[in-house]
Amino acid sequence: MNSVIKGVGYVLAHTPDMVIENGTTQTTERIVNPESEYLKELPNHLRSFDEALAYWPNQVYIGNKTPMELAEIEQPWYDKACDETSRYGAYGQMMPEDEFILLMQACDVFDLVKLERGFVSAHKDALAQNPVIDESIMARIVEGVDASEIEQLIADDHAERICFGGELVGCVKPAHDIDVNLSAEIMLENIVEKASSVLSLLSLVHNTGIAKDEIEYVIDCSEEACGDMNQRGGGNFAKAAAEIAGLTAATGSDVRGFCAAPTHALVEAAALVASGAYKTVAVTAGGCTAKLGMNGKDHVKKGLPILEDMVAGLAVLVTVNDGVNPEIDLSVLGRHTVGTGSAPQVVIGSLVYDPLERAGLKVTDVDYFSPELQNPDITKFAGAGDVPASNYKMIGALGVKRGELERTQLADFVSQHGFVGWAPTQGHIPSGVPSIGYARDAMLAGDMERVMIIGKGSLFLGRMTNLFDGVSVLIKRNEGVQDEAAGVSETEVKSMIAKAMREFAATLIEQAE
Amino acid sequence: MDLENQKRVKEFTEQYGPENVVVLLGAADGEAAGLAAETVTNGDPTYAGPLTGVQLGLAVYHVVEPEVKAEFDDAVYDEQVSMMEMVLDVDDIINEMTSIRDQYCKF
Amino acid sequence: MSILAGKKCVVIGDRDGIPGEAISACAASAGAEVIFSSTECFV
Repeated sequence: MNSVIKGVGYVLAHTPDMVIENGTTQTTERIVNPESEYLKELPNHLRSFDEALAYWPNQVYIGNKTPMELAEIEQPWYDKACDETSRYGAYGQMMPEDEFILLMQACDVFDLVKLERGFVSAHKDALAQNPVIDESIMARIVEGVDASEIEQLIADDHAERICFGGELVGCVKPAHDIDVNLSAEIMLENIVEKASSVLSLLSLVHNTGIAKDEIEYVIDCSEEACGDMNQRGGGNFAKAAAEIAGLTAATGSDVRGFCAAPTHALVEAAALVASGAYKTVAVTAGGCTAKLGMNGKDHVKKGLPILEDMVAGLAVLVTVNDGVNPEIDLSVLGRHTVGTGSAPQVVIGSLVYDPLERAGLKVTDVDYFSPELQNPDITKFAGAGDVPASNYKMIGALGVKRGELERTQLADFVSQHGFVGWAPTQGHIPSGVPSIGYARDAMLAGDMERVMIIGKGSLFLGRMTNLFDGVSVLIKRNEGVQDEAAGVSETEVKSMIAKAMREFAATLIEQAE
Repeated sequence: MDLENQKRVKEFTEQYGPENVVVLLGAADGEAAGLAAETVTNGDPTYAGPLTGVQLGLAVYHVVEPEVKAEFDDAVYDEQVSMMEMVLDVDDIINEMTSIRDQYCKF
Repeated sequence: MSILAGKKCVVIGDRDGIPGEAISACAASAGAEVIFSSTECFV
């Protein structure tokens, strides 16, 4: 039987200081052009936490606004304050940088994150008040050290700076003197991934009400790599995050595939549950410091705020079919194979039309296509266009080429079957999955039948292959049949029927006699 | 343009001579196409890469432009690119590319 | 005079536009020698 989606956790951490300190556009600029106008101008374009709260796409991400409401707002969105400014939403929360820095320290198990004593005492209460942060997390926060110790670690030990409001408040130490895989820069990146993954998992547990020990397997699908010089990328972020989140009954592993990884992970989670290997699987991903301010030069040049100031995370809970929640339909899987090729039309054919055709469905049978959901506010001003809109146009255009749609229907197809994008450009995060929360709500309310999640990955960036990658899967409204593992089993029903038949037969025989 | 790609463009131009090199782009919109074209003709406008201040003046086209499209095998273009003509703003791309070539292209 | 035939072609594709491999196939069909093909990613 198909497995189902029991809930989601979507979180954002507002990290303007990490934009400056850790985003690769900025770290590269400091090397090649240290006196550049961009670096001087950048701090004037950073958003406050309140501005991040009032940003429409962020409110959609955490579930306080719907993608449909966002579509009604005229673009661009950065200059239009949202009327909803709560930091907590139906799917998760936006966390300010001070709390996130403390959460990073709570996620560090090798004494690498050193925070200044005064910073810890000033901000610890704020984290403790966070509804998803429990005592087990707070117990991991240590008192902190003197500012002089942090300065010394940065000056003498290549530690990475941690700042808040432009002030130095801590550092991440290297985990090894020689091994570049354990450098302070990598450790900071990995701890940020872990912390945002932990926050996503905690939000998932909070939202679904599932007991932590019911989660049996965790799949991490982020884009970071952890390991040392003998096993660069050995893993396992999934288990590391599950430990801090208190998922004591879970094991797990990491799935990688650039931006396509979350969709791969979702398919794998669904398959693990459908096969009976595990009853409950959480897919999780933390965010990425490297991509903070990635398109900042374009944004600053055009007078925009730095919109890539959010570290994002997501988590999806996959369980056995309960007869209620939306099903992950593994019979409708799109796959971009080694032999598919990279021409846009064959990519879209393999991800959209081939699986639908195999299932006897038409392109218009799918209510919404959910490809990469990058926020166009970020990409349009950086020369990458409107990525989700391009995807819908490609789907529609191929439909025209195949004769399934009229050319005149193209514009309507794009607006009727596509979401606008709201996800931050955190690589894997926009990969189709941010719509699952909304789609689940709509399906539970009976307002949506089918959504296709599409992930695409730029494998060539790793210089191991020139291949592109893509994967898709259909999520559909529950047909109302419970899996045996979730309630009365099919075998039990059969044995009950057999027993009734035997009793009936016995009665007939008695009557005959 | 990616810094590594700028480096490769520079190296190939030195190796084969600028008159023998043609750059073909696949950018998603006119502005991005224009910036990439400017990079290989007048130098990196973002002042970040190896082509900063280097005026190669290379011949540069976007793959959907009619001049190069006329030279492609029709079947190959149809299979590889044609669908994207319905997705991209082809007129905008042509305008941006033409403007850059008129200003900076030497070949 | 032809633009591509006999020339050395450098291909800079875009993940959200036309990828490098697709452009390379076109360039080769016009008689150019593709000496470098790459695909950029802004997201």
